[in-house]
Amino acid sequence: MKVKQLSIFLENQSGRLAEVTGTLGSEGINIRALSLADTSGFGILRLIVNDIAKAHDVLHGKGFTVSETDVIAVEVPDRPGGLASILRILGDKEINIEYMYAFVEKSSQNAVVIFRIENVDQAIEALQASGVRILSSKEVYSL
Amino acid sequence: MWIVAANVLVGSLLEGMGSACEMIWDREHECMSRRNLERLQLERLKETVRRIYDRVPFYRQKMDEAGVRPSEIHSLSDVRKLPFTVKDDMRANYPFNLFAVPMKEIIRIHSSSGTTGTPTAVGYTRNDLDLWAELCARFISAAGVTSDDVAQVAFGYGLFTGGFGLHYGLEKVGAAVIPASAGNTQRHLTLMQDFGATTLVGTPSYALHLGEAVNESGIRDKIKLRWGLFGAEPWTSQMRAEIEQKLGVSATDNYGLSEVIGPGVSGECEESKDGLHVSEDHFLVEIVDPETLEPLDYGEQGELVITTLTKEACPVLRYRTRDITRLNPEPCQCGRTNARMEKVQGRTDDMLIVRGVNVFPSQVESVLLEIEGTEPHYMLVLYKEGVMDALEVWVEVSERIFSDEMKELRELEESILNRLENALGLSIKLKLVEPRTIARSEGKAKRVMDLREKTT
Repeated sequence: MKVKQLSIFLENQSGRLAEVTGTLGSEGINIRALSLADTSGFGILRLIVNDIAKAHDVLHGKGFTVSETDVIAVEVPDRPGGLASILRILGDKEINIEYMYAFVEKSSQNAVVIFRIENVDQAIEALQASGVRILSSKEVYSL
Repeated sequence: MWIVAANVLVGSLLEGMGSACEMIWDREHECMSRRNLERLQLERLKETVRRIYDRVPFYRQKMDEAGVRPSEIHSLSDVRKLPFTVKDDMRANYPFNLFAVPMKEIIRIHSSSGTTGTPTAVGYTRNDLDLWAELCARFISAAGVTSDDVAQVAFGYGLFTGGFGLHYGLEKVGAAVIPASAGNTQRHLTLMQDFGATTLVGTPSYALHLGEAVNESGIRDKIKLRWGLFGAEPWTSQMRAEIEQKLGVSATDNYGLSEVIGPGVSGECEESKDGLHVSEDHFLVEIVDPETLEPLDYGEQGELVITTLTKEACPVLRYRTRDITRLNPEPCQCGRTNARMEKVQGRTDDMLIVRGVNVFPSQVESVLLEIEGTEPHYMLVLYKEGVMDALEVWVEVSERIFSDEMKELRELEESILNRLENALGLSIKLKLVEPRTIARSEGKAKRVMDLREKTT
């Protein structure tokens, strides 16, 4: 149920982002989802890719500081209030969300939200108990 | 009535003369013949070497290892038989292992800045403090200051020797001392106006900063400054011209270091401003080649090495200052005969001076090592913000310290910044950077990028 996400440290300088995505592209790596958290000085680029091991090596080889984090990919019911219901489930159990970002599945009408959660096992249990679908890593990488 | 008029006339004549022929504080010792000076130096050198050998185990051991005994000093050139002393020796003997007197006789302690790992401490007996004030009085007088002056001290008062050193020298000369200390520019401007300061003491870069503030506030016509005594960092003749123009002062350089006494080793005379007169009756100075350590002649540029001749608490033998200069033994037109050293051109080691504060890259390294636990990659970037020095430290975000969470990275950033500022005693900027921003090199890493203009 846990998905590996790649995090890359980037200085707040033009061209950095292009270099990362360009490098991955030339190695045939597909980016599935992306989020950029930034401050005035630097940013953390978070990526879900189809081949994380290769991506990690390639970027590391280019001198980037890279790390991997466990996240979960949750399918959001395709209706208004869909996301709210998921967040309510987590809120009721007092499960803290560190950050989240969303993307749309190509094959269906569903949105997928990536969550980084401290107590991820507890979150998985709570969500599944409420019938929420959590994508497997295989599904996510091949989206 | 004509007697009164004559007195007034004589009085104003003398006052007029006061600025033309400045006072020599200690004519006997500042205008000695070289022969008498050298005789005095040799006498004092023998005494000091004997005393150090008897009282300070560290120096005794060093001399034994070098195979030299106090009785083997027969001439001034025999000083070359003695081993050198370096900053690391002082660090290794922190705090008081180099003291030549019991604590009971120590009445002042000063320390270098730096709270990580390696500070140095120096002590003073009553005689040392009297000497210190005397030596400062010499260059203060040479700079033009008299008991008629009102002196505003913009050096920091505290462990730094600059503040207290100049303070007691100025008091000795009889000037009215305002212990304003460093910082708070607005207050300095107010004091200058309210108290009619005639003399400013501090770092040259702060003087320039005050000069700009004075002009921006439009109070240039309201201030009465005449003399500027500046030191603790290198400064060019262009900077002198700028300071003199902005503040309306005659600016002179003075030099010293806490390891030897503090300010008071040497200072320029206002008359010539052509080299800093060294108080050679108290300090035996040599110039050596920084690589080979071979002695160099008068006129040749090299590293300044100082042996104290009369200090009681912390005498020191052949201290390598790491400052680059040259010596000129010719008598000066001011009448003083002691040798003059050229304005310091630079250093032989990696020490930097930022706003008058000594900074060693190794201090940054210690802090980062504490945080990361491994050899960190960093860069010290020095630049100018207006006329003031500024320092930005770049720290590489290695995989070891990288966190995926923004909150953690921000906390790390803040923690590194606080620790660095504490360790350096200076406010700085911090920038977290990618690995490749800090170039790798074979051999010794380049840790400093100095974007300020060269000092020569």
